This record gives sequence, structure tokens and C-alpha cells, in this order.
Amino acid sequence: MGFKFHWTWSRVILLLIMAVGAIATFLRYSQGLGASTNLSDSYPWGLWIAFDVLCGVALAAGGFTAAATVYIFNLKKYHAIVRPAVLTGFIGYFLVAVGLLYDLGRPWFIWHPIIMWQHHSVMFEVAWCVMLYLTVLFLEFCPVIFERFRLEGALRVIHACTIPLVIMGIILSTLHQSSLGSLFLIVPGKLYPLWYSPFLPVFFFTSAVAVGLAMIVVESTLSSLAFKRGLETPLLADLTKALPFILVFYFVIKIADLAARGSLSLLFNGSYESISFLAELAIGVIVPASILSFRNLRQQTVWQFLSCLMVVCGVVLNRINVCLIGMSRSAGQGYVPAWTEFSITLALVSFGVMAYIWITENFPVFEDHGDKAGA
Amino acid sequence: MELTRLGFLKLVGFATSCLAFGGSVWANSDQGGKTNFVTKPKGMLMDLTQCIGCKNCQAACQKQNQLQGGAYAEELSSNAWTVVKTVEVEKGSEKVKRFVRSQCFHCLEPACASACPVKALHKTPEGPVVYDAWKCIGCRYCMVACPFGIPKYEWEKTAPLVTKCLFCSSRLKEGQQPACAAACPTKATLFGNRDELLVEAERRINNNPNKYVNYIYGLKEGGGTSFLFLSDVPFKDLGFPTNIPNTPLPDYTWEVMSKIPGIIAGGGILLTSTYLLTHKNEGESKKKIEGKGA
Ligand code: SF4
Ligand code: SF4
Ligand code: SF4
Repeated sequence: MGFKFHWTWSRVILLLIMAVGAIATFLRYSQGLGASTNLSDSYPWGLWIAFDVLCGVALAAGGFTAAATVYIFNLKKYHAIVRPAVLTGFIGYFLVAVGLLYDLGRPWFIWHPIIMWQHHSVMFEVAWCVMLYLTVLFLEFCPVIFERFRLEGALRVIHACTIPLVIMGIILSTLHQSSLGSLFLIVPGKLYPLWYSPFLPVFFFTSAVAVGLAMIVVESTLSSLAFKRGLETPLLADLTKALPFILVFYFVIKIADLAARGSLSLLFNGSYESISFLAELAIGVIVPASILSFRNLRQQTVWQFLSCLMVVCGVVLNRINVCLIGMSRSAGQGYVPAWTEFSITLALVSFGVMAYIWITENFPVFEDHGDKAGA
Repeated sequence: MELTRLGFLKLVGFATSCLAFGGSVWANSDQGGKTNFVTKPKGMLMDLTQCIGCKNCQAACQKQNQLQGGAYAEELSSNAWTVVKTVEVEKGSEKVKRFVRSQCFHCLEPACASACPVKALHKTPEGPVVYDAWKCIGCRYCMVACPFGIPKYEWEKTAPLVTKCLFCSSRLKEGQQPACAAACPTKATLFGNRDELLVEAERRINNNPNKYVNYIYGLKEGGGTSFLFLSDVPFKDLGFPTNIPNTPLPDYTWEVMSKIPGIIAGGGILLTSTYLLTHKNEGESKKKIEGKGA
């Protein structure tokens, strides 16, 4: 019943990144946000909100996408994707919560939204969704832990709750993914009109579904490469069939929204915003949707992986655009994160990767991994 | 008179209605009383044509709130809740200097308060938008949400707070006017009831249509603000944000937030019925699959 962990060079590097992050952490808490970061009154939100929170949540979307595919739409052949996706979701959300502890000015009061209610605030919704969905993801992952320790009774109880948990998880994710877009509904005068739209929550949700699927592919390909434990290319090819449809839908509503608001002309006005917006659409939507619509390309690991990686990058760029680049004109100045901010973000990502590796090596996450009950 | 059972019941009924009626009258009168005498919403009228740029208001605010920004700070910060900026503008063919005060506008429907997840900021019936520091978690969403960029953060501290002009709410409670208004030698900063100040602003514009631009800044911005501004040069040239919608900003988020119960109920029904539909042919085998787990 012992746990194993193999040392490799890449893992040593991850650990070093975390060590540097520990120094940055010390600076953050001993000197305060002003001295240790480039955040300012012009940029109250920086890299930690843009990447750790907004992107973190989006990239954790695989959990609910997979659960919906398998349990609600009853596509059983994808069953193998659920556990890895739920695990990434859980680690992702856990890191979002940790990221918030860095970003909040008074992190020791992070529990205040539990008792101090303000139901008009999107941030209030975000706080509750993080808390509840983290709990749901943990419960969804519990069978893996119970199997590992052969807790038959607990296993039976948690199995009985599977479907209600999955439904709760999907509703919470829907609310949460879209609410991160709703956060910016209150800044109509500040966010550049290429991004500001009353449909921000719909855009955030749709792109989250796309990136959820893309992350499953990226993650699975990487784990197959790294430790020969992942899902098969044909299964993933099948899964990515849905991606072009979602991406085209996203593209159409984005353009229709611009047209309806009379902002189409901003697309090609040559400003840094328009360039960043076009880059986001090209990298994250147009190119990968085109590649994935070809059946023979979709079935090759390389193209499959690259196009899904592009979707991921596109969504990351979108979140950074909305939170930082789109706000820079009204802020009246630019913002480049300090080394401490980068370092802490990198350390959190490294921690996530390490946790993923350790858990998949020691718990029955992938099907071939000693899970006799079938899963 | 003999008190019958029915009569007794009637009496009790009557007494109860009297109490209820009286209660409601009392409650209403209490509220009405407040609106009329204590809480008639206050405001300030800043007539920029009367400002001589002496910065007395700025110094008074520093003193009142024990800030260390110095009376000559040029930008708002956690140590300067109001500043007077000198702006050079073209008026007709000549260049003129104008002095522009900036501070919290005390919106009638404040974006900052609707953004705060823990209700650390709220609008009081008297007018000021105040801050309960002990609730604040430091998410800084209020700073992002404020269309005027007013709330500032104590970045240098390890337990930082949000800061902004509080409309001297403690002085208002004691029946005094704000420190800055009291310090203003020309009445360029005028304190009073917002509705009366509005009438006064209109009167000034109507009496001097050639002097003032025909616009009261703060009348409609973001649904209106407690602080109103008059000027003889366009507000845009003075650096006032002119792209703020007249719709109260909290409405933009409430549009979506109010749908949450519907999304939860609708989503629950939709997902459950989809689940039942996709699993309807499984009968016995369904149990097994569920049994196999996540
Ligand atoms: S001006 Fe800004 S800080 Fe002041 S009440 Fe309005 S939204 Fe809040
Ligand atoms: S920083 Fe404080 S006052 Fe501002 S929104 Fe967050 S909790 Fe509320
Ligand atoms: S009202 Fe009070 S807090 Fe606000 S600027 Fe004037 S003196 Fe300062």
C-alpha cells in the first residue's frame, strides 16, 4: 500500500520552480502587494486574476464537459476520460483557490462571503461557485480514493450519489464559467468594445466547453508521452469531432455580436487591441477548427495535439485580453507582471503538474491501472 | 352590556386590526420622518467657474481623515481622497486654466457597492457611500467596477484596505457639513440637499446661459451621482469620463445575476430529463453502470 514516486530530471526542474516560488511567496506576504508585485491603482487586477483565476477555471472545464458527455448524454465509450478530467478539474480549482489567497489583500478573510451576503455581486457568485464546485469535484473523485484503499462501504455510498453529483457539477460549472465573463459586465466604459458585450457570460461559457475538450486531449497526449499512460488517439479523434462545431458556433456569435453592436470596423483598425483580438480568434478558433474538420488530420496524434493546444492558447489569450489588454486603454498605462507574479504563477502550475503525476501514479485514475471494477 | 362569544371575537378582531393598522402607520411615519428630516439625501454642487485652485478643500480632507498625502498631491491615492488638478484648456481662441476637483461621486446606484462580494461598501440613505473596513477581503473588484476609477488601495501595507472619500459621513451624522465644503472660501464646493442643489444648478445655467455649458455633470452619469458639477468649458476637455452610460451600472450585472435561480432550476430539469431519456432503454443494466462509478 505504499506510495511511489520516481525522480526524473523534469520533476527536479518542477521542484526548483516551486522553490523559487516559495521565495516569491515569502516576499508577497512579508512585504505586501505593492512592494512585491506590479499591481497598482491603475491595474488592481493583474496576472494572478487573469491567468491563475480566469484561465485556471477555464482550463479546469474538462471535468464537467467529460461528466456531461459520459453520464448525461450516455456516451459510454468515453468513460475512460472522466477520471483524468475530474482530477484535472479538481487540481485546477484547488489552484484557483490558492491563487486567490495570493491575490486577495486580506486573504485571512477569504471565508467572509460565506456569512456576508451580497447577491448582486458577481464576485459573490464566483466565491460560492468555487467553494461548492471544489466540494463536488472532490466527491466526484472520491471513488478513486476509496478504491485505492478498498473502502467498499464508502464506495457504495458515493456511487449512489454519482448522478446527482454530476448534475450539480454541471450546473455549478455553467454558472461559474459564465460568471467569470459576467464580472466584466459592470465595466461598459472601461473594457475595449471589441470585448465588452452583454453576451460576455455566453462567450466565456462556450469557450470553456471548447477548451474543456481541448484540455482532455492535450493532457492525455502529454501523459501518454511522459509515462505511457493516457487515452488512445482514435478515441480522442472521435471526441475532437465535436470541437469544430463548438468553435464555429463561438465564432459566429462573436462576429454577430460585433455586428449587432456596430463594432465590426474596430476589427481591422490596426490598434493593438484589434491585433490581439484577431490573434485570439485565429489561434484559438479559426485555425484549429479548420484542422480538426479534416478527418485524416484529426486522427493523427500530432495534428490532434497541436490544434487542441491552439484552442487552449486561444482561450488563455482571450482571458488575458479581457482582463488586461482590453482594460489598458482606460487604465491609461500598460502593465507587465513582476518576476514574483510570474514566479508564483509558474510555481502553482508546477505544483499542479506534480500533483497530477503523483496521483495518477498512485491511484487508479486511468483504466488500465489496476481498476478491476471497470470504472 | 353582556359580552357574547361572537361579540368578544369581533372585539378581538377589531383590536387586532387597529394594532396592525397603527403598526403600519407607525412604521411608515418613522420612515417618512426619516426621509423628511434626517435622511433627505445630501449632495454637493461643485461650480468649477468659482474654484480658485487654493486647495483648501484638499488640505481640509487630509486633516479630517488624518491622511499623509500632503495638501499638494496631484493624483488620488490612498493618502489623498480628493485632489485639485490644474487643467489647461482651449476656450474659444484662448488658453485658460481651470481647477478640477476629483473625489468619489457618491453614485445614487454605486457600481462599487454592487460589485463588493461582502457588502463592505454600501450607499446610505443620507447620501454617502461608506466602507465597513472589517468586512473587506481585498478582492479589489470595487476598484475595477468604479467607472470613475475612484477607490484606491493601500498597496504598501501588508493588511491593506480600500480608501476613498466617504462624504465625511461621520460629520454629516453630527449635522455638520463635510470638511472640504466648510473649508472652501468661494463656495465652489457647496453642500446641501441634492434636490435643492439640482434646482440651484439649473438656475445658474438658466441665468447665465453664455457662461456655463448646458450640462450638469452627475445628473445622469451611471444613473446619477450625489456630487454635481458645473463648468464653463466642456467636461470632456477637463478630463471627466464622458463614456459612462446613463443606465445604473449595477443593472448590467443584475440582468444576468437575476437569472441564476432560473438557470439552476432549468438546468436541473433539463439535465435530469436528458439523463432519463438517454438511459431509458437500459432498465436493469443501468444500475450496474452506475455501480461502476465515476
Ligand atoms: S464614484 Fe466610484 S467609488 Fe464613488 S460611489 Fe461611485 S462607483 Fe463607488
Ligand atoms: S476590495 Fe473590499 S470593498 Fe472592494 S469589492 Fe473587494 S471586498 Fe469589497
Ligand atoms: S467629503 Fe470629506 S472625505 Fe470627501 S473629499 Fe470632502 S473632506 Fe474629504
